[in-house]
Amino acid sequence: MIAHAIFFYTFSIIAVVSAIMVTASKNTVHSVFFLILDFISISCLFIMIGAEFLGMIMLIVYVGAVAVLFLFVVMMLNVAQQKNQWFAGQQSSRHIPVGLIISTLIFFEIIIVIGGWKYKPEIFDINNSISQTSISNTHSLGQILYTDYIHVFQISGMILLVAMVGAIVLTFRQRSGLKRQSYIKQISRERTEGVEVLEVQSNKGVKIDD
Amino acid sequence: MEYLSIVFQEVYKILFLLVPVLVSVAMIVWLDRRVWAFVQKRQGPNVVGPFGLLQSLADALKYIFKEIIIPSSSNKVIFILAPIVTMTLALIAWAVIPFSATQVLADINVGILYLFAVSSLGVYGIIMGGWASNSKYPFLGAIRSAAQMVSYEVSIGVIIINVLLCVGSLNLNDIVIAQQNMWFVIPLFPMFIIFFISALAETNRPPFDLPEAEAELVAGYQTEYSGMMYAMFWLGEYANILLMCAMGAILFLGGWMSPIDVYPFTLVPGAIWLILKILLLFILFALVKAIVPRYRYDQLMRLGWKVFLPLSLIWVVLTASYLFYFNLLPVN
Repeated sequence: MIAHAIFFYTFSIIAVVSAIMVTASKNTVHSVFFLILDFISISCLFIMIGAEFLGMIMLIVYVGAVAVLFLFVVMMLNVAQQKNQWFAGQQSSRHIPVGLIISTLIFFEIIIVIGGWKYKPEIFDINNSISQTSISNTHSLGQILYTDYIHVFQISGMILLVAMVGAIVLTFRQRSGLKRQSYIKQISRERTEGVEVLEVQSNKGVKIDD
Repeated sequence: MEYLSIVFQEVYKILFLLVPVLVSVAMIVWLDRRVWAFVQKRQGPNVVGPFGLLQSLADALKYIFKEIIIPSSSNKVIFILAPIVTMTLALIAWAVIPFSATQVLADINVGILYLFAVSSLGVYGIIMGGWASNSKYPFLGAIRSAAQMVSYEVSIGVIIINVLLCVGSLNLNDIVIAQQNMWFVIPLFPMFIIFFISALAETNRPPFDLPEAEAELVAGYQTEYSGMMYAMFWLGEYANILLMCAMGAILFLGGWMSPIDVYPFTLVPGAIWLILKILLLFILFALVKAIVPRYRYDQLMRLGWKVFLPLSLIWVVLTASYLFYFNLLPVN
C-alpha cells in the first residue's frame, strides 16, 4: 500500500501543480506543455484506479491529438501582441465576469460531487460497479457501452460527425486559379497530345499557353 | 528490505531489456547504411571493425566528444528536454513487447493501446525541438512532422482495430497467440501493406522524411542540435523504427511464434524469432529508403487522409461483417 500511496501522491501533486502552472505561466506555449503534463499525470491516476482503458484513451486522444492541435494554434499566435492585449492593460477586466460565472459553476459542481460522495456513498460505491467482476476493464466498458447505452453512444457519435462537417463547411473555400494535379489525366495522356510540331517563324517565337 | 529487493529485480530486468535494445539500435544504423549502400552498388561503412560493425560505436564516440551548442535565443529548458523526451518515449514502449509467452516486462491488459499511445506521444520531442530552437527551418520541420504524424496515426489506429477484431483482446501476448493457426498477414494482407507504409510515415523515414528534407529544410527540427543531443534524437528515431518493426511483427507476423509449428523450429526461443521478424521488416524499411524518391507534401497528406483512412475503414467494416456472418467473432 505504501508504494501505491507514494505513486498516488506523486502523480496528484504533479497534476495539481501543473494545472496551476497552466494558468500561472506567462508563456502560452509553456502553459500548453504544462497542460500536457497534467493530462499525462491524470491518465496515470486513471491507470492506478484500474481504469487502464480510460487512461490509455486519455493519452491517445488528449495528449496524442488534441494537445498537438493546441500547440499548433498557440505556436502560431503572436506572443508579443498578446502581451499588450490580453494580459496587461485595462481590457482584461472585461473577461472577469465570464471567468467568475464559469468558476462559480465549476465550484457548485464540485460541491455536488463531494457532497454526494460524503452523504450518499452508495452512489459512488465501487463495489456496485462492474469493475469488481473478473472481466477486464475494456471488456466491461464495451459490454455496457454497446448494450445499455448504445443510443447515447450513437447520438454522441452523430454530434461529433455534425461538428466535424460544420467545421469543414465553415473553413471551406473554393480558391480559383489553382492548378490541381489529376492522376487520371496524367496517366491517360497520349504522345499525340503531349508533343506538337510547330512551324516557328523567325523572330516571332512560340507562345506556350499557361 | 522486501521492497528494495523487488526494485532491484525490476531494475535488473529493465537493464536486461534496454541494453540489448540500445546496442541493437547502434547495429541497426550500421545495417541501414549497409543495405542502402548495397542497393546503390557501394560498399558502405566497412572499415571500423569486422565488416564495419563498430562504425556506430565510432560515430557515438565522435558525438560524445563534440561540443553541445545551445543557441542563445532558444528556449533552453525545452531545447534540452526535446531529445530527452524523444529518447525516453522510444525506450519506454519496449516494456510491453513480449519476447515469449513469459518473457515480457509488463504484461498489461491494454498493451497495444499503450504502444499506440507512446508512439503518438513521439511527436512531442519533434515539436519541442523545433519550437525551442527559435529558428525558421526547425520550426517548419516540426510543423510538417506534427501534421504528418497525427495524420498517419489515424490510419494506424484503424488498422490496429482490424487486428483487434480478430483477436478480441488488447493484450499483446493474446494477439500473438491468436495467430497460432494463421498469421494475420495472410487474411489482412492489404492492412499489412498500409501499416508498413504508415509506419514509414510515422517514423519519418524516406520516402516520407519531409520533416528533415535536407534540400528544403537543412535538417528539419534537428538543425540547431549538435553533439550528444543530436545523437539522442538520432538514437530515439532508430529506436522508434525498431519499435514500429516490432509492432508490425507482433500484429501481423506472429510475434515470437515460430513460422511452422514442427519440431526443430519450436526449439528456437521466441525472442530469436521475434528478432528475425523485426530484422526482416527493418531490411524492408532500409530497401524502401534506398529505392523510393521523396514524396511531395500534398501527396503525403492526400495518401494519408484520402487513400489510407477510407481503405482501412472499409476493411474494418469488411472484417467485422465477415467475422459476424461466419460467427467467428472471438468471445471470451
